[in-house]
Amino acid sequence: MIGLLNPRARVLMLVLLAALIAAPLVADRYLMSVLILIFYFAYVGQAWNLMMGFAGQLSLGHALYVGLGGYVSALLWLKFGIGPWLGAFAAVAVAAAFGAVIGWLGFRFGIEGVYFALLTIAFAEFTRIAFDHIDYAGAAGGLFLRVEEGEWWNLRGGTLLFYYLALALAVGALVLTAFLARTRLGYQWLAVREDEEAARALGINAFRAKMTAVLISSAMTAVGGVFTAFYNNNLFPSRVFDINRSIEIILAPVVGGLGTVFGPVVGAFILTPLGEALTALTGLFGINTPGVKGAFYGLALMVIIVLKPSGIWPWLARALRLTERRP
Amino acid sequence: MNPTIYLEVVVQGVLTGLVYGLMALGLSVIFGVVRVVNFAHGEFTVAAMYAAFLLFTLFGVDPLIAMLPIALVFFCVGYGLQLTLVNRFVGRAEHEQFILLVGLAIILVNGSLLTFGADARPVRLSYGFDSFLVGPVIVDKVRLYAAAAALTVAAALFLFFRFTSTGTAIRACADNLVGAAVVGLNVRKLYALTFGLGLACVGAAGALMETIADAKPELGPVYTLIAFIIVIVGGLGSMTGALVGGVLIGISEALAGFVLTPSMKSMFSFALLILVLVLRPQGIMGRRT
Amino acid sequence: MTKTITRRRLMAGATATTALLAAPPLIRAQPQALKIAVLLPRSGYLAQAGQSCHRGAQIAGKVLSDHGYRVELVHIDIESSPDVSRTQAEKVINEGAHCIVGAFDSACTLAIAQVCEQRQVPLSINIAAAPPITEQGYKFLVRNFPTGGMLVSNGLRLIKDVLDATKLAAKTAVFLHANDTFGAAQRTAMDALFPRAGLPFQLAESIAYDPRAQDLSVEVTKIRALNPDLVLTVTRAADAIKLVRDMVRQRFEPKGIISPGSPGLYDEEFFQALGPLADYPIYNIPWANPKASMSQALEAAFKPAHPNFRFAVECFNVGFTFEALLVAADGFKRAGTTNGAALMQAIRATNIAAHVMIGPPIKFDDKGQNVGIPSAAVQSRNRTPTVVLPAEVATTTPVLPMPGWQRRS
Repeated sequence: MIGLLNPRARVLMLVLLAALIAAPLVADRYLMSVLILIFYFAYVGQAWNLMMGFAGQLSLGHALYVGLGGYVSALLWLKFGIGPWLGAFAAVAVAAAFGAVIGWLGFRFGIEGVYFALLTIAFAEFTRIAFDHIDYAGAAGGLFLRVEEGEWWNLRGGTLLFYYLALALAVGALVLTAFLARTRLGYQWLAVREDEEAARALGINAFRAKMTAVLISSAMTAVGGVFTAFYNNNLFPSRVFDINRSIEIILAPVVGGLGTVFGPVVGAFILTPLGEALTALTGLFGINTPGVKGAFYGLALMVIIVLKPSGIWPWLARALRLTERRP
Repeated sequence: MNPTIYLEVVVQGVLTGLVYGLMALGLSVIFGVVRVVNFAHGEFTVAAMYAAFLLFTLFGVDPLIAMLPIALVFFCVGYGLQLTLVNRFVGRAEHEQFILLVGLAIILVNGSLLTFGADARPVRLSYGFDSFLVGPVIVDKVRLYAAAAALTVAAALFLFFRFTSTGTAIRACADNLVGAAVVGLNVRKLYALTFGLGLACVGAAGALMETIADAKPELGPVYTLIAFIIVIVGGLGSMTGALVGGVLIGISEALAGFVLTPSMKSMFSFALLILVLVLRPQGIMGRRT
Repeated sequence: MTKTITRRRLMAGATATTALLAAPPLIRAQPQALKIAVLLPRSGYLAQAGQSCHRGAQIAGKVLSDHGYRVELVHIDIESSPDVSRTQAEKVINEGAHCIVGAFDSACTLAIAQVCEQRQVPLSINIAAAPPITEQGYKFLVRNFPTGGMLVSNGLRLIKDVLDATKLAAKTAVFLHANDTFGAAQRTAMDALFPRAGLPFQLAESIAYDPRAQDLSVEVTKIRALNPDLVLTVTRAADAIKLVRDMVRQRFEPKGIISPGSPGLYDEEFFQALGPLADYPIYNIPWANPKASMSQALEAAFKPAHPNFRFAVECFNVGFTFEALLVAADGFKRAGTTNGAALMQAIRATNIAAHVMIGPPIKFDDKGQNVGIPSAAVQSRNRTPTVVLPAEVATTTPVLPMPGWQRRS
């Protein structure tokens, strides 16, 4: 179990944050676009981490909430002119409703582990195919937002706007997780994750604890969907609900360190640059053959999980002496 | 509409479902015994499809025959993979197994792209376009042969598990791991054997699949999902369950596609999966543990 | 005596450097060539088409320089991912690309379009289906590729011409399409345009199939049950193989298989899988003009560079990719500068008479769309796509009804 950050580490973190806030002054746009991806994956990874790392429920269909969040907010904007700040509330509500259904089905009927994971996959795939046929939302042809700049409150803006928005989301998720981990709910989650029966014996309402995790997780992820919709300005069911997107979401938190506060952030800061670095490296060696980079990426994942199955952050924290020992 | 058309759709569903069932059988064996979530299952199937393509293109071997050496090679690969890599992940959290196998799947997909290119790789069998007329119903020769082969392999596996001592030992591991160890069974070796057998099934199924579909690098995830749906619906740990599940999914998708819009047919399989998970998680033929 | 940095040396060095930096612009001259980054999905699920386009991009440099254009090409794989498309577009502009060509897939193209818009770098689209691309208000892109609506309206008109030319009496048709971005756009266009197209046959049904399905036997059975004279198809590459294969097995022989505009029926894998059974479908799509000199030059360059591939089969992807590069190169020639805004203005004013694909000179409307791209009726004969209509560019006449499956050698 990772302890709290010691004062030295806290300073380091603040320095890093300051650097990220100031980055647009010196960074080029390529770096900024990569950082936006990192922040996004840190954010949704953190949202997923709440459900899996803290409450122990493996969801392999989290793209469902991204998609729902994106479509609801985009449709409200396109058809009714309702801006994304308000639209986000609706997006959150819809995603949480789906999450509630999935959670209720899972927990009420005792569906666990791989079975629960398959349940989440089934819901995501079902919704994907459904959206392929909903003409109101553009069906398989896609939903498109007009590209404009100048209305930052409607998320109609350039890279700078989305950079700070993504950073704010990632930091917000981090703060929220750190806060929740320290609350009674957080400890309930821990107990349920470690041994649900024992937790119940202690009087913890496991059902309520798990449901809360699912609701918070799905709600947070939906906001990520709103971001995606307004950043990319287009939505296609076969892309946004795709199982590969769900897999992308879980890579950062697992590689970084499941159930830890900093795991998803560290994971995102490792994996996204890893992908870019592999592309650059293969280019450097003159290898322009498609598939080489992908093969190395898969290999990297396998190596990381074999060598550091509990994630890189716990090991990093110990190696760099960034945490204080718990009493 | 002519009622025999419905019969034909059902027959197509059954035949295709049997081959999917064989693929799912491999997953059921692996998951049911070793309890490892093989999310690279579809990618292994596609690798077997490419192997069959290669043997056909280079040596003219019909995939129905190539199925045997491919199954053997895959057995060895599975055995080795389990002993070296997968064994560490047995009993570990699902998400760790998942990442390991997702990494492996990514390597397989990109490796296929590098080796075979992006085009679909079909085999041109001499009887590839023939069909039988059974009464009023048209039945593809290729699908019939593939389904028959799938049944044969499944039957052989069933006999192995039922009537050999090794088979019984493996079933013991699945039923009661602690008990099996207590009785003195070499669990590690049996796990390797099981993983090997599971992948051998996949190898055979892939070879047969190459006669029906054409190998392409990105088919993996589709097959992985189908395999999992069939295994859950049919019942984990039950061999007949995998085949029954395959046939059921085959028929339901075929009928759904025929009666309603074909583009929605997978929705039924996923809805069925949700229903089974909620109402009868042990599947149609599984036993409640 | 050791060399030390004396004040004298320092002053001398500083003076020289200052002199160099203050040198007249002659020394830092205008770039002699246009650096174009070609972003294509060469891995991932669009790899097959992306690699085909890439083969065109690889030979484009030489053909363009033969025609007096100076370009420097950089090839990037966007892995069929919009995230990668965006970051690679930013990176490649950082590294000095003056113009981007791409990207085959609509989602990826839109990601690149946003980067290009913000950085004022022209984007010349080779292939991208989604109609809204030129409706979202981008000023820094041009699309030399028909929209779904254009393909269908041209395609339907050509079907009429084909039926007239072959004197085929067709009473019913069924429309089968993949339910993906491209197929859905075609379906929308079909629903709107077919009733007004004045075709002599009825559209009995429109069937959407799942592009991820590995099996089209049920769809074929459905079509067979309706027993249409014509089957109109919009498919991806591998699906067309399954479609025809199952038609043969199920002994269903429509009088004609016609595509109002899609890939599939002429991909090399289609010919490889089906042999003589691959002949006689007709596809109404823009095509390389066999009588145009630039198209012949492109073919001449293609043969030695890609001996294992056939230009006759790939000329759609190759042709459009080349034309996108031609548009960029031609704009550069007229603009005389790599400055983004000026270059874009020149590109928007494009008017190229001598190009590769059949049709009038390449021109763009104020949204950046080339609305004048016609389709041709192309029929597979002897496993080779052959232009059969319009007569001015045809090399032979169309043949319908298709000879029966069993009677093919």
